[in-house]
Amino acid sequence: MADWEVVIGLEIHAQLATRSKIFSGAATAYGAAPNSQASLVDLAYPGVLPVLNAEAVRMAVKFGLAIGATVAKRSIFARKNYFYPDLPKGYQISQYEHPVVGKGAVTVVLEDGTVKTIGVTRAHLEEDAGKSLHEGLANASGIDLNRAGTPLLEIVSEPDMRSAKEAVAYMKRIHTLVRYLEICDGNMQEGSFRCDANVSVRRRGAAAFGTRAEIKNLNSFRFVEKAIHYEVARQIDLIESGGHVVQETRLYDSDKNETRPMRSKEEANDYRYFPDPDLLPVEIDAAFIDAVRATLPELPDEKAARFARDFGLSAYDAGVLSASRELGGYFEAVVAGAGPAHAKLAANWVMGDLSSALNRDNLEIAASRVSALQLCGLLARIADATISGKIAKEVFEAMWTEGRSADAIIEAKGLKQITDSGAIEGVIDAVLAANPKQLADYRGGKDKLFGFFVGQVMKATEGKANPAQLNDLLKAKLAGP
Amino acid sequence: MLHQISLGELADRLASRQISSVELTRHYLARIERFNPGLNALITLTAEEALRSAAAADRRLAAGERGRLLGIPLIHKDIFCTDGVRTSCGSRMLDNFIAPYDATVVTNLKAAGAVMLGKANMDEFAMGSSNETSYYGPVKNPWDTTKVPGGSSGGSAAACAARLAPYSTGTDTGGSTRQPAALTGVTGVKPTYGRVSRYGMIAFASSLDQAGVFARTAADAASVLQVMAGFDPKDSTSIDAPVPDYPALLDAPLSGLKIGLLREFFEGLDARNAALIEESLRVLRGLGAKTVEVSLPHLPLSVPTYYVVAPAECSSNLSRFDGVRYGYRCAAPTDLADLYQRSRGEGFGAEVKRRIMTGTYVLSAGYFDAYYLKAQKVRRLITEDFRAAFQTVDLLIGPTTPTPAFAIGAKMDDPVTMYLNDIYTIGANLAGLPGLSIPCGFVDGLPMGLQLIGPHFSEARLLGAAHQFQLATTWHAQTPVGYE
Repeated sequence: MADWEVVIGLEIHAQLATRSKIFSGAATAYGAAPNSQASLVDLAYPGVLPVLNAEAVRMAVKFGLAIGATVAKRSIFARKNYFYPDLPKGYQISQYEHPVVGKGAVTVVLEDGTVKTIGVTRAHLEEDAGKSLHEGLANASGIDLNRAGTPLLEIVSEPDMRSAKEAVAYMKRIHTLVRYLEICDGNMQEGSFRCDANVSVRRRGAAAFGTRAEIKNLNSFRFVEKAIHYEVARQIDLIESGGHVVQETRLYDSDKNETRPMRSKEEANDYRYFPDPDLLPVEIDAAFIDAVRATLPELPDEKAARFARDFGLSAYDAGVLSASRELGGYFEAVVAGAGPAHAKLAANWVMGDLSSALNRDNLEIAASRVSALQLCGLLARIADATISGKIAKEVFEAMWTEGRSADAIIEAKGLKQITDSGAIEGVIDAVLAANPKQLADYRGGKDKLFGFFVGQVMKATEGKANPAQLNDLLKAKLAGP
Repeated sequence: MLHQISLGELADRLASRQISSVELTRHYLARIERFNPGLNALITLTAEEALRSAAAADRRLAAGERGRLLGIPLIHKDIFCTDGVRTSCGSRMLDNFIAPYDATVVTNLKAAGAVMLGKANMDEFAMGSSNETSYYGPVKNPWDTTKVPGGSSGGSAAACAARLAPYSTGTDTGGSTRQPAALTGVTGVKPTYGRVSRYGMIAFASSLDQAGVFARTAADAASVLQVMAGFDPKDSTSIDAPVPDYPALLDAPLSGLKIGLLREFFEGLDARNAALIEESLRVLRGLGAKTVEVSLPHLPLSVPTYYVVAPAECSSNLSRFDGVRYGYRCAAPTDLADLYQRSRGEGFGAEVKRRIMTGTYVLSAGYFDAYYLKAQKVRRLITEDFRAAFQTVDLLIGPTTPTPAFAIGAKMDDPVTMYLNDIYTIGANLAGLPGLSIPCGFVDGLPMGLQLIGPHFSEARLLGAAHQFQLATTWHAQTPVGYE
């Protein structure tokens, strides 16, 4: 493996969040009854014609501007011809030689803090196909054309990624970006965001790329990583055992965790691309671009840089907290309440207990059971030493399940920290008196027993003794009169 | 005779209640019943719907509404989708297809109160120049029923010539309105590409297709085009420009009009055909027009260019006819490939298959540059030739067809000879220009057409010139024997 270099390029399909389809007025909402959202245009009735949805173009341009790409003044829709039952016209309308978005780039921050720039070759508009349904039908296949004509932005990367981790980081970056731009809901279960991975390997130091295989239709970050791992191992084994990689399209089977070739029949197509005579070239002028540029939000890179600069966060933490507009907004609301001095504390809580709870309950940040304001209330009690960090975790869990404020829970459960030195000393005295053997051992040189005494005091105070005070007082008492 | 009256006169009589729309409709239905069995001009007759629309038109007239087409019958080429009525496109593939919507042309005419009598026969998917490729059998030319009426809008042309309707719709992809108009002695107009919506008009070659009209005079055609034309948001290639009042512009004098004689059209032209054109030019000069010779050097490349571009687009346009959602499906398919192969193999006729195969070939990897791209380049050169010519002349003139109507069956075994029938009409389609054909005399007792081609959106000038010509001649008033 050390002798090999992995080369990966991704083709990401992002479903654009338009209300109607790219060439018809039918709705794009997910989950409707089969064929209830298919107009005569989507069904490819004789005589119907496509009409371009301007909103889809606007979204594509927005993406282009966000990755610093050139936006084509003139782009052209072409027909990609092939027969399949879920492709009602017998051709897919897509952009081929003249895409709307040209070369651009995004930067990704890896877990070790490495920053890498990944090139985007192009992004083009196209329509999605329908779905073939086989389940529950005896000796027949069903066709659902609700998805037919849904607008897609296909984002093609340069072969710039050198590991599955980099590929996932890039895919996450694009995922973040399209959600920031509000041009795609990013829902991977529903297929709104999916990718094909082009994977090849070459001996380290080799100038030419190896032969690539294309893995189709990966619809989770985990599958992208696993599929690439499998494919890389397969290709290396193949070459090392004297074989060679064939350029082909492969499918990833997540149940078996393997890739396997698609039947050659499915890919042996000559698509006979030619410009679609039913659609005019898309002309985009400077005024249109300026108008779209004016709608760009603060982009993830900008937000991350601002978090790092203003709040003293690490690049990685800043990247995590700016991964979505909602998460960034939540974090900023917490910082605003807790004060910039507590930004690091806020970051730890948002990335730690809050994120764990959200993951556990499979909730989006917008649906968090603890609001930013409530979390501020908890941080304030930590900051003013009313409760310890450890008790705070317990309070947070209670807030999460009960929905009450930190103060209400601290009050009700009597979790207020004991900061009265006299009271803590009293408990320490009682503990030392109850454990003469351990006291003798400690004084005889067994320093490790310090923790035992801390534990005993915390047990007696139900964890409420202020840890810093306890530490100081206990040390003094143990040192002897 | 009611069936010899102009649209203007019919509108007046309907307005003054001398006749009702129902009476007029019954008159034409009776003529269809009498003559159509011998002509095969109609695929579908919609008598009941026609009488219902006529009654509705009579109510509108009684309420004081007036319109150039209100209450007047027509026949639609069976390429236009008509809501609730079979729309076959002349093919077995769509023999069972009831359109669930109206084409924009149909909608516009319906709104104007036009009364549809039925759907006209045509070459299958508009691919043909003789109306012999129709699944429903050939249409007979009313001037001589052993002859073809031309195509692809042969049924519409024959119906108009035989006075089975005052006017009819057609389409023109390479001459499919002008050529049959010439061969049946009627006026046929092909507007500028984008002038009339293509929505609901079953596509043959999208960059060339344009709806057309057949009428007995240019003045009648002007009234119909007025209603058909206009921007349609459902057709991205339709042009958002105001529609001139064509009927109001017919009287513009021809004095000073510069007409260009297309040298390439006269080279090798049959002497009797040439004599008719020469006589027509004399008439036009008498009306004040000037004639000059012009040359379009790339025009002779029109036919090969067209027979790359049109099949390429058709091969893709016709992919939707796959036996899955509507139309013909083969019996008991064994698997998906069998379903596709037999549904299309059995549903399409020979000429359609020939063009799909040609088009698939010219678009395929390795041949695309040599055929499709080259053809597009030549198409631009031809367009440029026309543009240059219109710098010096207002209109171009020439024959519509090389010969009069030929015998049914004469050219069916020789597609290339058949294709050459459109040699004079294809150029206007490649350049997207408006053109029309008007009767200009007879050869061997069969009508011949004079073709006028103008710059983009010059329909008013073309119709005006044709109208002035028709005021000075009587060729357009000739009716085939037996149909007077």
